[in-house]
This record gives sequence, structure tokens and C-alpha cells, in this order.
Amino acid sequence: MTSTALHRIAPWATALILVALWWLGVKLFHIESYVLPTPFEAVEAIVKYRAALLHHGLATLSTTLAGFALAVAFGLCLGIFVGTFRIVYSALYPILIAFNSVPKAALVPILVIWFGAGTVLAVATAFMLSFFPVIVKVATGFATIEPELLDVLRSLGASRSDLVVKIGFPRSLPYFFASLKIAITLAFVGSVIAEIVAGNAGIGNVMLVASSSFNVPLVFAALIVVGMMGVGMYAIFALLETRFTSWSVRGATGIERMSGG
Amino acid sequence: MRDELVRPTRGSVKVGGEQVTRPLKRVGMAFQNATLLPWRSIRDNVLLPLEIVEPFRSQQRRQRGEQRERAEMLLKSVGLTGFGSRMPWELSGGMQQRAQLCRALVHEPAILLLDEPIGALDAFTREELWGVLQALWLERRFTVILVTHELRETGYLADKVHVMCARPGRVIASYAVPFSRPVSGNTFAPDFVALVHELRGNIDAAPA
Repeated sequence: MTSTALHRIAPWATALILVALWWLGVKLFHIESYVLPTPFEAVEAIVKYRAALLHHGLATLSTTLAGFALAVAFGLCLGIFVGTFRIVYSALYPILIAFNSVPKAALVPILVIWFGAGTVLAVATAFMLSFFPVIVKVATGFATIEPELLDVLRSLGASRSDLVVKIGFPRSLPYFFASLKIAITLAFVGSVIAEIVAGNAGIGNVMLVASSSFNVPLVFAALIVVGMMGVGMYAIFALLETRFTSWSVRGATGIERMSGG
Repeated sequence: MRDELVRPTRGSVKVGGEQVTRPLKRVGMAFQNATLLPWRSIRDNVLLPLEIVEPFRSQQRRQRGEQRERAEMLLKSVGLTGFGSRMPWELSGGMQQRAQLCRALVHEPAILLLDEPIGALDAFTREELWGVLQALWLERRFTVILVTHELRETGYLADKVHVMCARPGRVIASYAVPFSRPVSGNTFAPDFVALVHELRGNIDAAPA
């Protein structure tokens, strides 16, 4: 088997093994399905409630993407400032760290008071959870620009905006994409939390309603749907990453090659 | 300092009778490290100055074809034909330095500043690049200011040599190099070695 084929199969194989272990555990310890259903019951629930799951899944997806888009725009702008100007870094970074240390789930009730329950709340929570990695990564990309590269452009009489466009953006692109992959998964966490705390639609709401009626297979079905949406979005950004930043990855990782792997 | 990356502590720098207050457009610069932008192909790296320096900048759209051709010609003149689409990391150190020379020359500067561009290379690659530089100069006749620690290099490439010492940096001796151009290549000939010894003596005699 070629190594690319092996790499393609690896994640599916791991998933399959985990599902098998899950099924084995349930059967071995005779766990009731209202505590932990088997994987088959969860899939059954997906098929049975497919219309509702599709409807609420799309609701979650749209609020997540809206919050994520806001987070990317906001994080990109702030990240460039933080990474470019030392004074902005000094002024903002401690506050950003403090904000990020606050458990966001605890803030959702306050957001409910501000925005009421529903779509805006989910978007705001998704935004709140996901902008931090974008700022940090983009700032790192800009702050670690090699001064030699800047000298090349400066010696030609380049303006500050030339430096940002010709050096800053392309140099930070790998950092930016890395942050997108983290941010999109966090955005899902945010919108689902909001839907659980105070939602009237979305996957989180489905889970809340299902668990309160002890329909645990449906809870797991909903979890699987969220997980699949997360992996799907991640895959899209990973694809964009390899498309746009291939210069930064020269094949197998350097460390892997060093050990002869 | 010549190009305003650093400001002078004292005195002033004049080019063509005018005081230098900002980076000059007629200047090309090559650095100790190749400093190619890793996300651009070799060709796009060479074309970089044309995206910054006027009048090329505003002609960019109309003359893309011509500009690409110019880059290819330059790459050919330093022996990098066919490497335009490669990425910098695919090239050896010597090849990267040659690409950097192309970048420094693409906007047809009147003055070329070379800050030890050959210093980090092995002895053979270095001598090869001396040949490349000399050939480029014979063709275009620009003014070059070359900073180097390699004494044979001065004899091979320079018309005038100014010996500087450190702390505070100042000129302690100046020479006119007697060899006619193009220099034949044997940097171990007796008159060549004599010049190198004389330069060396100056540096040894300088106050520490």
C-alpha cells in the first residue's frame, strides 16, 4: 500500500476503532440506552430525525459561520495592529489574555440579557469564543517578520502600506490559516453553548430538548452532526491552507524527516 | 547609510551632488544573506523592485510581458536559465545569491550596493560569482559599492579600495587597483598577491 493511501485511510480507521470500542463497552457492561446508546442507535436516531436535524443543523451552521466571519474580520484587523506596533501590543495583550481566561459559558446569561434568546445570541457567543486565536496568530505572523525582508523593500523606498501588502500579508498567511482551523471549531462550541443555554433553534436546542425527555440516542445523534460539521469546515480551511501556503510546507515535516520517518 | 537604512551619526552622504535624505530610486542593493521572499518564485522575487520603484510600478500592468522577459534575461546572464518558476528553498546558497543580484539589478539602478553578498559562500562559488559580477559590470557599467572582508575580492572587482577599521569606523587607507579589466582570473598571480599583502598590512597596523 502506498503511503498516501495509508494517510487517507488512517483517520477513518481510527474512527472505526473508536466506534467499535464504544459499541463493545455498551454491550460488555450492559449499559442501558437512556444512559449511553450504542453507535447503531445513534445512527438510527440520525435517520429517524433527519428532517429536524437538517433544519437545526443548518441553523447552527449559519449562526456559527456568521460569528466566525465577524471573529475573522475583527481578529485580523486587531492582530495586524497588535503585531505591528509594540505599544498596541503592550496596551492590549494583557487585557486580551484576561478576557480569554474568563469562561465564556458563564457570560452567555449576560448576553441573553443584552441580546435576548435566539440567533443574535448564538452569533455573539460564537464570535466571542473564536476571535482570540485569530488575533494571537496574526499578531505572531506580523511580529516575527524577518527585519532583513523589510530592509529589502525599504532599500527600494517602499511605503508602509507596501510593507504590509508585499511582506506582512503573505508572511502571516500560514499563521492566519492555522488560526482559522482553530477558530471555526471554537465557533461551533460557542453557538451550541448559546443554543443550549437560551436557544429556540439549532443543534444545541435539539440536545437540550432530547435530554430532558431522556431521548439520549437523539442527543448523541446531534453530537455526531455537530462533529461532522466541524470536521467538514476544518477540512475546507485545511484545503485552502494547502492551496495558498504551499511555500511554507516542503513535504513531510522537517522533524519527521530528521528521525528518518 | 548610503541608502538610509541607518542614519549617519555625523557628516552627510551625497550622491550626484545631492544630499541623501531618503532611499534612492536609482540604487540596487544586495545583502549578506540572499533575503529572497520565500513565498515568491525566483522570477517573482526578481520582479519585486519593479512593483515598488517608479516608473516601473505604474507600467506594471501594461508591460508585464516585457518585465518578465527582462527578469528571464537577467537570470540567464547569471546562469539561472530555467529556474524562474522554482521556489527559493529549492536553490543552493550560491544560486540564491545570484538570484539576489538579479533582483538588485532589475530596475536598472545607477548604483549597486553590495553588502558582503558573497561572504557566506564557499571559495569556489565565490570565485564563480566574481566572474558573474564582472561580466554584468562589463555589460552595464554601473557604479558598485562593495563591502567585503575578502581581500582577493577587492583586487578582482574593485577600481578603488578604501580600508576601514572598526570602532569608530573610519577610512584608514585608500588604493587605486592597477589591474585592467576584465581581470583574467588568476588571483594567485604575484602582483595580485602583493596587493593583498599590502591591504592586509594596513589592517594589521590599524589601532585595535
